[in-house]
Amino acid sequence: MEYAIIGNSAAAIGCVEGIRKIDKAGEIAIVSSEPHHTYARPLISYLLQGKTTEEKMKYRLEGFYEENGCSLLAPRTAVSIDTAAKSVTLDGGEELRYNKLLVATGSTPFTPKMQGLENVSEDDKHFFMSLDDARKLASRISKESKVLIIGAGLIGLKCAEGIAGRVKSINVVDLAPRILSSILDAEGASLIQERLEFNNIRFHLATSVQSFESSNNKSAYGATLANGEELGFDQLVLAVGVTPSVELAKNAGIEASRGIMINSKMQTSAPDVYAAGDNTMSFDVSSGQSKVLALLPNAYIQGECAGVNMAGGDASFENAIPMNAIGFFGQHVLTAGTYEGEVFVSSSKDCWKKLFVSGDVLKGFMIIGDPSRAGIYTNLVRERTSLSSIDFDLLREQPVLAAFAKPWRSANLGGAH
Amino acid sequence: MKRVYVNEEWCLGCHLCEYYCAFAQTNQVSMARALKGRKIHPHIRVEESGAVHFAVSCRHCEIPLCVKGCITGALSIDDGIIKVDESRCIGCFTCILSCPYGAISPSPDGHAARKCELCQATAAGVPLCAANCPNQAIVYEDRG
Repeated sequence: MEYAIIGNSAAAIGCVEGIRKIDKAGEIAIVSSEPHHTYARPLISYLLQGKTTEEKMKYRLEGFYEENGCSLLAPRTAVSIDTAAKSVTLDGGEELRYNKLLVATGSTPFTPKMQGLENVSEDDKHFFMSLDDARKLASRISKESKVLIIGAGLIGLKCAEGIAGRVKSINVVDLAPRILSSILDAEGASLIQERLEFNNIRFHLATSVQSFESSNNKSAYGATLANGEELGFDQLVLAVGVTPSVELAKNAGIEASRGIMINSKMQTSAPDVYAAGDNTMSFDVSSGQSKVLALLPNAYIQGECAGVNMAGGDASFENAIPMNAIGFFGQHVLTAGTYEGEVFVSSSKDCWKKLFVSGDVLKGFMIIGDPSRAGIYTNLVRERTSLSSIDFDLLREQPVLAAFAKPWRSANLGGAH
Repeated sequence: MKRVYVNEEWCLGCHLCEYYCAFAQTNQVSMARALKGRKIHPHIRVEESGAVHFAVSCRHCEIPLCVKGCITGALSIDDGIIKVDESRCIGCFTCILSCPYGAISPSPDGHAARKCELCQATAAGVPLCAANCPNQAIVYEDRG
Protein backbone atom coordinates (compact mmCIF):
# COMPACT_ATOMS: atom_id res chain seq x y z
CA MET A 1 0.00 0.00 0.00
CA GLU A 2 1.38 3.41 -0.89
CA TYR A 3 -0.42 5.20 1.93
CA ALA A 4 -1.93 3.98 5.17
CA ILE A 5 -4.09 6.12 7.42
CA ILE A 6 -5.07 5.08 10.92
CA GLY A 7 -8.28 6.95 11.69
CA ASN A 8 -11.33 7.97 9.67
CA SER A 9 -12.34 11.43 10.91
CA ALA A 10 -11.38 14.98 9.95
CA ALA A 11 -7.59 14.50 9.97
CA ALA A 12 -7.83 11.29 7.95
CA ILE A 13 -10.17 12.81 5.37
CA GLY A 14 -7.96 15.91 5.18
CA CYS A 15 -5.04 13.58 4.50
CA VAL A 16 -6.85 11.82 1.65
CA GLU A 17 -7.74 15.15 0.08
CA GLY A 18 -4.17 16.39 0.59
CA ILE A 19 -2.69 13.27 -1.04
CA ARG A 20 -5.06 13.57 -3.99
CA LYS A 21 -3.96 17.13 -4.68
CA ILE A 22 -0.60 15.67 -5.66
CA ASP A 23 -0.98 11.98 -6.33
CA LYS A 24 -4.14 10.95 -8.13
CA ALA A 25 -3.45 7.24 -8.15
CA GLY A 26 -1.42 5.90 -5.20
CA GLU A 27 -3.44 3.41 -3.18
CA ILE A 28 -4.74 4.54 0.19
CA ALA A 29 -5.86 2.25 3.01
CA ILE A 30 -7.90 3.72 5.86
CA VAL A 31 -8.05 1.76 9.10
CA SER A 32 -11.02 2.63 11.29
CA SER A 33 -12.09 0.97 14.51
CA GLU A 34 -15.61 2.33 14.01
CA PRO A 35 -17.82 0.48 11.52
CA HIS A 36 -19.05 3.65 9.82
CA HIS A 37 -18.60 5.80 6.78
CA THR A 38 -16.73 8.96 7.85
CA TYR A 39 -19.11 11.12 9.84
CA ALA A 40 -19.06 14.54 11.46
CA ARG A 41 -18.36 13.66 15.06
CA PRO A 42 -19.57 16.97 16.56
CA LEU A 43 -22.98 16.35 15.01
CA ILE A 44 -23.98 13.57 17.37
CA SER A 45 -25.78 16.05 19.62
CA TYR A 46 -27.70 17.41 16.62
CA LEU A 47 -28.63 13.85 15.75
CA LEU A 48 -30.22 13.36 19.19
CA GLN A 49 -31.94 16.71 18.79
CA GLY A 50 -33.38 15.59 15.47
CA LYS A 51 -31.62 18.40 13.59
CA THR A 52 -29.67 16.03 11.38
CA THR A 53 -29.81 12.40 10.31
CA GLU A 54 -27.16 9.71 10.11
CA GLU A 55 -27.27 10.13 6.34
CA LYS A 56 -26.83 13.92 6.45
CA MET A 57 -24.09 13.80 9.05
CA LYS A 58 -21.72 11.98 6.74
CA TYR A 59 -18.59 14.14 6.70
CA ARG A 60 -18.07 13.31 3.02
CA LEU A 61 -20.72 12.05 0.65
CA GLU A 62 -21.37 8.41 -0.10
CA GLY A 63 -18.89 7.36 -2.76
CA PHE A 64 -16.01 9.32 -1.23
CA TYR A 65 -13.76 6.30 -0.77
CA GLU A 66 -14.35 4.94 -4.27
CA GLU A 67 -13.85 8.33 -5.90
CA ASN A 68 -10.59 8.79 -4.03
CA GLY A 69 -9.21 5.30 -4.51
CA CYS A 70 -9.36 4.43 -0.82
CA SER A 71 -10.01 1.07 0.74
CA LEU A 72 -11.75 1.41 4.07
CA LEU A 73 -10.79 -1.31 6.53
CA ALA A 74 -13.54 -1.08 9.14
CA PRO A 75 -14.14 -2.05 11.81
CA ARG A 76 -10.45 -2.82 12.18
CA THR A 77 -8.08 -1.63 14.84
CA ALA A 78 -4.37 -1.02 14.43
CA VAL A 79 -2.59 -2.77 17.28
CA SER A 80 1.04 -1.93 16.53
CA ILE A 81 3.30 -0.06 14.14
CA ASP A 82 6.72 -1.28 13.08
CA THR A 83 8.42 1.86 11.78
CA ALA A 84 11.51 -0.02 10.60
CA ALA A 85 9.60 -2.62 8.59
CA LYS A 86 7.04 0.06 7.64
CA SER A 87 4.04 -2.00 8.53
CA VAL A 88 0.99 -1.76 10.73
CA THR A 89 -0.37 -4.84 12.46
CA LEU A 90 -4.16 -5.00 12.61
CA ASP A 91 -6.37 -6.86 15.01
CA GLY A 92 -6.42 -10.43 13.76
CA GLY A 93 -2.71 -10.25 13.00
CA GLU A 94 -2.91 -8.99 9.44
CA GLU A 95 0.04 -6.83 8.29
CA LEU A 96 -0.57 -3.63 6.39
CA ARG A 97 2.58 -2.40 4.66
CA TYR A 98 2.98 1.27 3.81
CA ASN A 99 5.34 3.72 2.21
CA LYS A 100 3.84 6.65 4.14
CA LEU A 101 1.71 6.44 7.24
CA LEU A 102 -0.61 8.90 8.95
CA VAL A 103 -1.50 8.32 12.59
CA ALA A 104 -4.82 10.08 13.17
CA THR A 105 -6.09 8.15 16.15
CA GLY A 106 -7.87 11.10 17.76
CA SER A 107 -8.70 11.06 21.41
CA THR A 108 -10.40 8.82 23.92
CA PRO A 109 -12.89 9.85 26.58
CA PHE A 110 -11.33 10.00 29.98
CA THR A 111 -12.87 7.98 32.81
CA PRO A 112 -12.31 9.65 36.13
CA LYS A 113 -11.79 7.61 39.25
CA MET A 114 -15.00 8.02 41.20
CA GLN A 115 -16.15 5.93 44.08
CA GLY A 116 -18.96 3.55 43.28
CA LEU A 117 -18.83 4.12 39.51
CA GLU A 118 -19.07 0.34 39.12
CA ASN A 119 -22.53 0.52 40.71
CA VAL A 120 -23.82 2.09 37.50
CA SER A 121 -24.37 -0.64 34.91
CA GLU A 122 -22.59 -0.35 31.55
CA ASP A 123 -25.95 0.03 29.82
CA ASP A 124 -26.70 3.14 31.86
CA LYS A 125 -23.23 4.67 31.66
CA HIS A 126 -22.30 6.65 28.58
CA PHE A 127 -19.58 8.55 26.87
CA PHE A 128 -20.55 11.13 24.24
CA MET A 129 -17.86 10.98 21.59
CA SER A 130 -19.00 8.67 18.84
CA LEU A 131 -22.03 7.79 16.74
CA ASP A 132 -22.31 4.52 18.64
CA ASP A 133 -22.28 6.46 21.93
CA ALA A 134 -25.14 8.61 20.65
CA ARG A 135 -27.11 5.59 19.43
CA LYS A 136 -26.70 3.86 22.78
CA LEU A 137 -27.72 6.94 24.74
CA ALA A 138 -30.74 7.44 22.47
CA SER A 139 -31.79 3.84 23.06
CA ARG A 140 -31.66 4.28 26.84
CA ILE A 141 -33.48 7.56 27.40
CA SER A 142 -37.18 8.30 27.62
CA LYS A 143 -39.45 11.11 28.79
CA GLU A 144 -39.04 9.66 32.29
CA SER A 145 -35.24 9.61 32.29
CA LYS A 146 -33.25 11.47 34.88
CA VAL A 147 -29.84 12.11 33.37
CA LEU A 148 -26.70 13.03 35.27
CA ILE A 149 -23.87 14.50 33.21
CA ILE A 150 -20.39 14.74 34.71
CA GLY A 151 -18.59 17.59 32.98
CA ALA A 152 -19.84 21.03 31.92
CA GLY A 153 -17.49 21.36 28.96
CA LEU A 154 -18.32 21.42 25.26
CA ILE A 155 -19.11 17.71 25.08
CA GLY A 156 -21.21 17.51 28.25
CA LEU A 157 -23.25 20.58 27.38
CA LYS A 158 -23.85 19.66 23.75
CA CYS A 159 -25.06 16.32 25.05
CA ALA A 160 -27.36 18.14 27.48
CA GLU A 161 -28.78 20.26 24.66
CA GLY A 162 -29.17 17.19 22.45
CA ILE A 163 -31.36 15.35 24.92
CA ALA A 164 -33.03 18.32 26.65
CA GLY A 165 -36.40 17.80 24.99
CA ARG A 166 -36.37 14.04 25.38
CA VAL A 167 -35.84 13.42 29.09
CA LYS A 168 -37.39 14.38 32.43
CA SER A 169 -34.39 16.04 34.04
CA ILE A 170 -30.75 16.84 33.40
CA ASN A 171 -28.26 17.60 36.14
CA VAL A 172 -24.71 18.63 35.30
CA VAL A 173 -21.85 18.42 37.80
CA ASP A 174 -18.44 20.00 37.26
CA LEU A 175 -15.43 20.60 39.45
CA ALA A 176 -14.83 23.98 37.80
CA PRO A 177 -16.69 26.98 39.22
CA ARG A 178 -18.08 27.84 35.78
CA ILE A 179 -19.32 26.05 32.70
CA LEU A 180 -17.36 25.90 29.41
CA SER A 181 -14.21 26.79 31.32
CA SER A 182 -11.98 25.97 28.35
CA ILE A 183 -13.49 28.66 26.14
CA LEU A 184 -15.27 31.23 28.33
CA ASP A 185 -14.51 33.39 31.34
CA ALA A 186 -16.88 33.66 34.29
CA GLU A 187 -18.96 36.45 32.76
CA GLY A 188 -19.42 34.75 29.40
CA ALA A 189 -20.08 31.40 31.05
CA SER A 190 -22.84 32.87 33.18
CA LEU A 191 -24.65 34.14 30.07
CA ILE A 192 -24.71 30.66 28.58
CA GLN A 193 -25.51 29.01 31.89
CA GLU A 194 -28.58 31.22 32.13
CA ARG A 195 -29.71 30.07 28.70
CA LEU A 196 -29.19 26.42 29.61
CA GLU A 197 -30.97 26.78 32.95
CA PHE A 198 -33.88 28.38 31.13
CA ASN A 199 -34.08 25.09 29.25
CA ASN A 200 -34.31 23.09 32.47
CA ILE A 201 -30.70 22.02 32.74
CA ARG A 202 -29.52 22.20 36.37
CA PHE A 203 -25.94 22.89 37.38
CA HIS A 204 -23.90 21.82 40.38
CA LEU A 205 -20.58 23.62 39.97
CA ALA A 206 -17.36 23.73 41.96
CA THR A 207 -18.21 20.31 43.31
CA SER A 208 -17.78 16.69 42.38
CA VAL A 209 -19.40 13.32 42.87
CA GLN A 210 -18.13 11.73 46.05
CA SER A 211 -19.83 8.42 45.48
CA PHE A 212 -22.38 6.66 43.32
CA GLU A 213 -24.94 4.46 45.02
CA SER A 214 -26.76 1.62 43.35
CA SER A 215 -30.17 2.84 44.41
CA ASN A 216 -31.92 5.97 45.49
CA ASN A 217 -35.55 6.26 46.74
CA LYS A 218 -37.12 7.05 43.41
CA SER A 219 -34.31 6.49 40.93
CA ALA A 220 -32.14 3.66 39.74
CA TYR A 221 -29.01 5.30 41.11
CA GLY A 222 -27.91 8.01 43.46
CA ALA A 223 -24.93 10.37 43.48
CA THR A 224 -23.65 12.08 46.60
CA LEU A 225 -21.81 15.29 45.84
CA ALA A 226 -18.90 16.75 47.79
CA ASN A 227 -21.13 19.70 48.73
CA GLY A 228 -23.57 17.30 50.41
CA GLU A 229 -26.26 17.31 47.73
CA GLU A 230 -27.81 14.03 46.67
CA LEU A 231 -29.00 13.49 43.12
CA GLY A 232 -31.08 10.62 41.82
CA PHE A 233 -30.51 9.52 38.22
CA ASP A 234 -30.97 6.61 35.88
CA GLN A 235 -28.58 7.47 33.06
CA LEU A 236 -25.03 8.74 33.54
CA VAL A 237 -22.95 10.58 30.93
CA LEU A 238 -19.22 10.90 31.56
CA ALA A 239 -17.92 14.00 29.81
CA VAL A 240 -14.99 15.07 31.96
CA GLY A 241 -12.59 15.31 29.06
CA VAL A 242 -10.58 13.43 26.51
CA THR A 243 -7.07 12.03 26.36
CA PRO A 244 -5.10 12.05 23.11
CA SER A 245 -4.75 8.49 21.83
CA VAL A 246 -0.97 8.24 21.71
CA GLU A 247 -0.31 4.70 22.93
CA LEU A 248 -0.04 3.15 19.48
CA ALA A 249 2.57 5.74 18.45
CA LYS A 250 4.41 5.67 21.77
CA ASN A 251 4.68 1.90 21.68
CA ALA A 252 6.26 2.22 18.25
CA GLY A 253 8.93 4.48 19.71
CA ILE A 254 7.45 7.64 18.19
CA GLU A 255 8.15 10.70 20.29
CA ALA A 256 5.12 11.89 22.23
CA SER A 257 4.33 13.89 25.33
CA ARG A 258 0.65 14.45 26.00
CA GLY A 259 0.24 14.29 22.23
CA ILE A 260 2.44 13.06 19.40
CA MET A 261 5.26 15.49 18.63
CA ILE A 262 5.13 16.76 15.04
CA ASN A 263 6.91 19.47 13.06
CA SER A 264 5.24 22.03 10.81
CA LYS A 265 5.06 19.39 8.05
CA MET A 266 3.24 16.99 10.39
CA GLN A 267 6.20 14.60 10.45
CA THR A 268 6.74 12.60 13.61
CA SER A 269 10.10 11.46 14.95
CA ALA A 270 9.84 8.28 12.84
CA PRO A 271 10.67 8.41 9.12
CA ASP A 272 7.66 8.39 6.80
CA VAL A 273 5.25 8.53 9.73
CA TYR A 274 3.04 11.58 10.01
CA ALA A 275 0.43 12.49 12.61
CA ALA A 276 -2.55 14.85 12.63
CA GLY A 277 -5.59 15.67 14.72
CA ASP A 278 -6.53 15.43 18.36
CA ASN A 279 -3.65 13.05 19.10
CA THR A 280 -0.93 15.63 18.32
CA MET A 281 0.78 18.54 20.00
CA SER A 282 0.14 21.77 18.11
CA PHE A 283 1.98 25.03 18.43
CA ASP A 284 -0.63 27.66 19.33
CA VAL A 285 0.70 30.92 17.86
CA SER A 286 -1.69 33.00 19.98
CA SER A 287 -0.15 31.83 23.26
CA GLY A 288 3.24 30.70 21.99
CA GLN A 289 2.69 27.36 23.66
CA SER A 290 2.69 23.80 22.47
CA LYS A 291 -0.59 22.16 23.36
CA VAL A 292 -3.24 19.69 22.28
CA LEU A 293 -5.75 21.56 20.11
CA ALA A 294 -8.58 19.09 19.84
CA LEU A 295 -10.52 21.05 17.22
CA LEU A 296 -11.98 19.86 13.99
CA PRO A 297 -10.61 22.67 11.76
CA ASN A 298 -7.16 22.07 13.17
CA ALA A 299 -7.44 18.34 12.55
CA TYR A 300 -8.49 18.79 8.94
CA ILE A 301 -5.77 21.33 8.15
CA GLN A 302 -3.10 19.18 9.79
CA GLY A 303 -4.33 16.11 7.95
CA GLU A 304 -4.39 17.87 4.61
CA CYS A 305 -0.91 19.26 5.19
CA ALA A 306 0.35 15.78 6.08
CA GLY A 307 -1.28 14.33 2.97
CA VAL A 308 0.35 16.82 0.62
CA ASN A 309 3.76 16.05 2.15
CA MET A 310 3.18 12.29 2.15
CA ALA A 311 2.52 12.51 -1.59
CA GLY A 312 5.79 14.35 -2.18
CA GLY A 313 4.43 17.91 -2.12
CA ASP A 314 5.60 20.67 0.15
CA ALA A 315 3.13 22.01 2.70
CA SER A 316 3.48 23.36 6.17
CA PHE A 317 1.02 24.52 8.80
CA GLU A 318 2.40 27.02 11.24
CA ASN A 319 -0.40 29.18 12.50
CA ALA A 320 -2.69 26.99 14.54
CA ILE A 321 -4.88 28.73 17.10
CA PRO A 322 -7.65 27.57 19.38
CA MET A 323 -11.03 28.46 17.85
CA ASN A 324 -14.54 27.36 18.62
CA ALA A 325 -17.94 28.12 17.17
CA ILE A 326 -20.73 26.48 19.06
CA GLY A 327 -24.34 27.22 19.84
CA PHE A 328 -26.71 26.44 22.69
CA PHE A 329 -30.45 26.78 22.19
CA GLY A 330 -29.91 29.34 19.45
CA GLN A 331 -27.31 31.37 21.30
CA HIS A 332 -24.02 31.46 19.41
CA VAL A 333 -20.63 31.37 21.07
CA LEU A 334 -17.58 32.18 18.95
CA THR A 335 -14.13 32.26 20.48
CA ALA A 336 -10.54 32.22 19.30
CA GLY A 337 -7.02 32.67 20.58
CA THR A 338 -5.77 33.33 24.08
CA TYR A 339 -7.32 35.49 26.74
CA GLU A 340 -4.47 37.65 27.91
CA GLY A 341 -3.68 41.36 27.87
CA GLU A 342 -5.85 44.45 27.91
CA VAL A 343 -9.56 43.68 27.70
CA PHE A 344 -12.04 45.58 25.56
CA VAL A 345 -15.61 44.72 26.45
CA SER A 346 -18.74 45.69 24.60
CA SER A 347 -22.24 44.61 25.23
CA SER A 348 -25.47 45.24 23.39
CA LYS A 349 -28.82 43.53 23.13
CA ASP A 350 -27.56 41.29 20.32
CA CYS A 351 -23.95 40.74 21.20
CA TRP A 352 -21.56 40.44 24.11
CA LYS A 353 -17.93 40.72 23.10
CA LYS A 354 -14.52 40.71 24.75
CA LEU A 355 -11.31 41.41 22.85
CA PHE A 356 -7.88 40.76 24.37
CA VAL A 357 -4.97 42.91 23.18
CA SER A 358 -1.33 42.58 24.09
CA GLY A 359 1.90 43.73 22.44
CA ASP A 360 0.16 45.36 19.44
CA VAL A 361 -1.71 42.20 18.48
CA LEU A 362 -5.19 40.83 19.09
CA LYS A 363 -4.54 37.77 21.24
CA GLY A 364 -8.03 36.43 21.40
CA PHE A 365 -11.75 37.14 21.69
CA MET A 366 -15.06 35.83 22.90
CA ILE A 367 -18.36 36.66 21.23
CA ILE A 368 -21.75 35.59 22.47
CA GLY A 369 -24.68 36.44 20.24
CA ASP A 370 -24.38 37.93 16.77
CA PRO A 371 -21.67 35.94 14.93
CA SER A 372 -21.45 38.38 12.00
CA ARG A 373 -18.01 38.62 10.43
CA ALA A 374 -16.21 37.22 13.47
CA GLY A 375 -13.61 35.70 11.14
CA ILE A 376 -12.15 39.15 10.58
CA TYR A 377 -11.08 39.05 14.25
CA THR A 378 -9.91 35.44 13.97
CA ASN A 379 -7.69 36.43 11.08
CA LEU A 380 -6.04 39.15 13.17
CA VAL A 381 -5.31 36.59 15.89
CA ARG A 382 -4.06 33.97 13.44
CA GLU A 383 -1.87 36.37 11.44
CA ARG A 384 -0.75 38.35 14.51
CA THR A 385 -1.52 41.49 12.53
CA SER A 386 0.07 44.63 13.94
CA LEU A 387 -2.83 46.63 15.36
CA SER A 388 -0.97 49.89 14.76
CA SER A 389 -1.13 49.10 11.02
CA ILE A 390 -4.94 49.12 11.08
CA ASP A 391 -7.73 51.26 12.54
CA PHE A 392 -8.27 49.24 15.68
CA ASP A 393 -10.64 51.79 17.22
CA LEU A 394 -13.01 51.16 14.33
CA LEU A 395 -12.44 47.42 14.46
CA ARG A 396 -13.16 47.26 18.16
CA GLU A 397 -16.65 48.48 17.47
CA GLN A 398 -17.31 45.94 14.77
CA PRO A 399 -15.32 43.65 12.51
CA VAL A 400 -15.00 45.54 9.21
CA LEU A 401 -12.48 45.54 6.40
CA ALA A 402 -12.62 49.34 6.25
CA ALA A 403 -10.29 49.23 9.25
CA PHE A 404 -7.51 47.79 7.10
CA ALA A 405 -5.09 49.91 5.08
CA LYS A 406 -6.13 50.51 1.49
CA PRO A 407 -3.27 48.46 -0.04
CA TRP A 408 -4.48 45.44 1.93
CA ARG A 409 -7.96 45.87 0.50
CA SER A 410 -6.69 46.37 -3.04
CA ALA A 411 -4.59 43.23 -2.78
CA ASN A 412 -7.29 41.11 -1.20
CA LEU A 413 -10.53 42.37 -2.73
CA GLY A 414 -9.21 43.65 -6.03
CA GLY A 415 -6.41 41.22 -6.74
CA ALA A 416 -6.07 37.58 -7.67
CA HIS A 417 -6.07 34.83 -5.07
CA MET B 1 -11.25 31.05 -12.86
CA LYS B 2 -13.61 34.02 -13.07
CA ARG B 3 -14.08 35.85 -9.79
CA VAL B 4 -15.70 39.03 -8.52
CA TYR B 5 -13.21 41.85 -7.99
CA VAL B 6 -13.85 45.29 -6.60
CA ASN B 7 -12.16 48.61 -7.16
CA GLU B 8 -12.98 50.91 -4.29
CA GLU B 9 -11.82 53.99 -6.21
CA TRP B 10 -14.84 53.59 -8.44
CA CYS B 11 -17.40 52.51 -5.87
CA LEU B 12 -20.16 55.09 -5.48
CA GLY B 13 -21.59 53.45 -2.37
CA CYS B 14 -24.96 53.10 -4.08
CA HIS B 15 -25.66 49.61 -2.64
CA LEU B 16 -27.23 48.48 -5.93
CA CYS B 17 -25.04 45.36 -5.80
CA GLU B 18 -26.74 44.34 -2.57
CA TYR B 19 -30.16 44.66 -4.17
CA TYR B 20 -29.12 42.76 -7.30
CA CYS B 21 -27.65 40.01 -5.12
CA ALA B 22 -30.90 39.68 -3.20
CA PHE B 23 -32.83 39.77 -6.49
CA ALA B 24 -30.63 37.06 -8.02
CA GLN B 25 -31.44 34.79 -5.09
CA THR B 26 -35.18 35.04 -5.82
CA ASN B 27 -34.91 33.84 -9.43
CA GLN B 28 -37.77 36.17 -10.33
CA VAL B 29 -38.20 38.33 -13.38
CA SER B 30 -39.13 41.67 -11.85
CA MET B 31 -36.78 43.15 -9.28
CA ALA B 32 -39.44 45.48 -7.95
CA ARG B 33 -41.91 42.67 -7.48
CA ALA B 34 -39.29 40.41 -5.94
CA LEU B 35 -37.95 42.87 -3.39
CA LYS B 36 -40.60 45.51 -2.72
CA GLY B 37 -41.29 45.78 0.98
CA ARG B 38 -38.92 42.94 1.85
CA LYS B 39 -35.85 43.04 4.04
CA ILE B 40 -32.96 41.93 1.86
CA HIS B 41 -30.22 39.46 2.79
CA PRO B 42 -27.48 39.97 0.23
CA HIS B 43 -24.27 37.95 0.07
CA ILE B 44 -22.35 41.03 -0.92
CA ARG B 45 -22.15 44.02 1.37
CA VAL B 46 -21.03 47.58 0.88
CA GLU B 47 -18.80 48.85 3.65
CA GLU B 48 -18.67 52.56 4.27
CA SER B 49 -16.25 54.51 6.38
CA GLY B 50 -16.00 58.25 5.79
CA ALA B 51 -15.30 58.79 2.10
CA VAL B 52 -14.34 55.15 1.54
CA HIS B 53 -16.84 52.62 0.27
CA PHE B 54 -16.39 49.24 -1.30
CA ALA B 55 -18.21 45.96 -1.74
CA VAL B 56 -17.15 42.69 -0.14
CA SER B 57 -18.24 39.22 -1.17
CA CYS B 58 -16.74 35.74 -1.05
CA ARG B 59 -13.26 35.64 -2.60
CA HIS B 60 -13.59 31.93 -3.43
CA CYS B 61 -10.13 31.55 -1.94
CA GLU B 62 -7.79 28.92 -3.27
CA ILE B 63 -7.03 28.04 0.34
CA PRO B 64 -10.54 28.29 1.78
CA LEU B 65 -10.41 28.20 5.57
CA CYS B 66 -14.22 27.97 5.65
CA VAL B 67 -14.22 24.70 3.71
CA LYS B 68 -11.32 23.21 5.64
CA GLY B 69 -12.90 24.13 8.97
CA CYS B 70 -16.47 23.07 8.16
CA ILE B 71 -17.42 20.51 10.77
CA THR B 72 -20.17 18.88 8.72
CA GLY B 73 -18.78 18.78 5.21
CA ALA B 74 -21.59 21.09 4.04
CA LEU B 75 -19.08 23.47 2.48
CA SER B 76 -17.26 22.25 -0.58
CA ILE B 77 -15.36 23.47 -3.59
CA ASP B 78 -17.08 22.79 -6.90
CA ASP B 79 -14.98 23.84 -9.88
CA GLY B 80 -13.35 26.54 -7.78
CA ILE B 81 -16.67 27.86 -6.46
CA ILE B 82 -17.25 27.49 -2.75
CA LYS B 83 -20.75 26.25 -2.07
CA VAL B 84 -22.91 25.48 0.94
CA ASP B 85 -25.16 22.44 1.03
CA GLU B 86 -27.79 23.89 3.33
CA SER B 87 -29.35 20.52 3.98
CA ARG B 88 -26.15 19.36 5.67
CA CYS B 89 -25.29 22.67 7.41
CA ILE B 90 -26.31 22.82 11.06
CA GLY B 91 -25.52 26.52 11.54
CA CYS B 92 -22.57 26.21 13.95
CA PHE B 93 -20.91 29.08 12.06
CA THR B 94 -17.37 27.74 12.27
CA CYS B 95 -17.15 29.06 8.69
CA ILE B 96 -18.10 32.56 9.83
CA LEU B 97 -15.43 32.28 12.52
CA SER B 98 -12.92 31.18 9.86
CA CYS B 99 -13.54 33.61 6.99
CA PRO B 100 -10.99 36.46 6.98
CA TYR B 101 -13.31 38.62 4.85
CA GLY B 102 -16.50 38.32 6.82
CA ALA B 103 -18.14 37.09 3.62
CA ILE B 104 -20.35 34.32 5.05
CA SER B 105 -23.63 35.14 6.79
CA PRO B 106 -26.23 33.29 8.79
CA SER B 107 -29.38 32.59 6.78
CA PRO B 108 -32.30 34.87 7.77
CA ASP B 109 -33.71 32.18 10.07
CA GLY B 110 -30.25 31.41 11.44
CA HIS B 111 -30.34 27.70 10.65
CA ALA B 112 -27.52 27.60 8.13
CA ALA B 113 -24.69 29.58 6.59
CA ARG B 114 -25.11 31.39 3.30
CA LYS B 115 -22.68 32.93 0.88
CA CYS B 116 -22.01 34.09 -2.65
CA GLU B 117 -21.89 31.22 -5.10
CA LEU B 118 -21.25 33.50 -8.08
CA CYS B 119 -24.90 33.26 -9.19
CA GLN B 120 -24.15 30.00 -10.99
CA ALA B 121 -27.37 28.38 -9.82
CA THR B 122 -29.55 31.42 -10.48
CA ALA B 123 -31.58 32.28 -13.55
CA ALA B 124 -29.00 34.90 -14.54
CA GLY B 125 -26.05 32.50 -14.40
CA VAL B 126 -23.57 35.36 -13.95
CA PRO B 127 -23.04 37.52 -10.85
CA LEU B 128 -25.69 40.24 -11.03
CA CYS B 129 -23.70 42.46 -8.64
CA ALA B 130 -20.99 42.88 -11.25
CA ALA B 131 -23.31 42.90 -14.26
CA ASN B 132 -25.30 45.79 -12.79
CA CYS B 133 -22.65 47.89 -11.07
CA PRO B 134 -23.23 51.34 -12.60
CA ASN B 135 -19.59 52.35 -12.40
CA GLN B 136 -17.87 49.01 -13.00
CA ALA B 137 -16.44 49.11 -9.51
CA ILE B 138 -17.37 45.44 -9.37
CA VAL B 139 -16.19 43.22 -12.19
CA TYR B 140 -16.40 39.51 -12.92
CA GLU B 141 -13.13 38.52 -14.54
CA ASP B 142 -10.59 35.75 -14.93
CA ARG B 143 -7.36 37.11 -13.57
CA GLY B 144 -5.71 33.73 -13.23
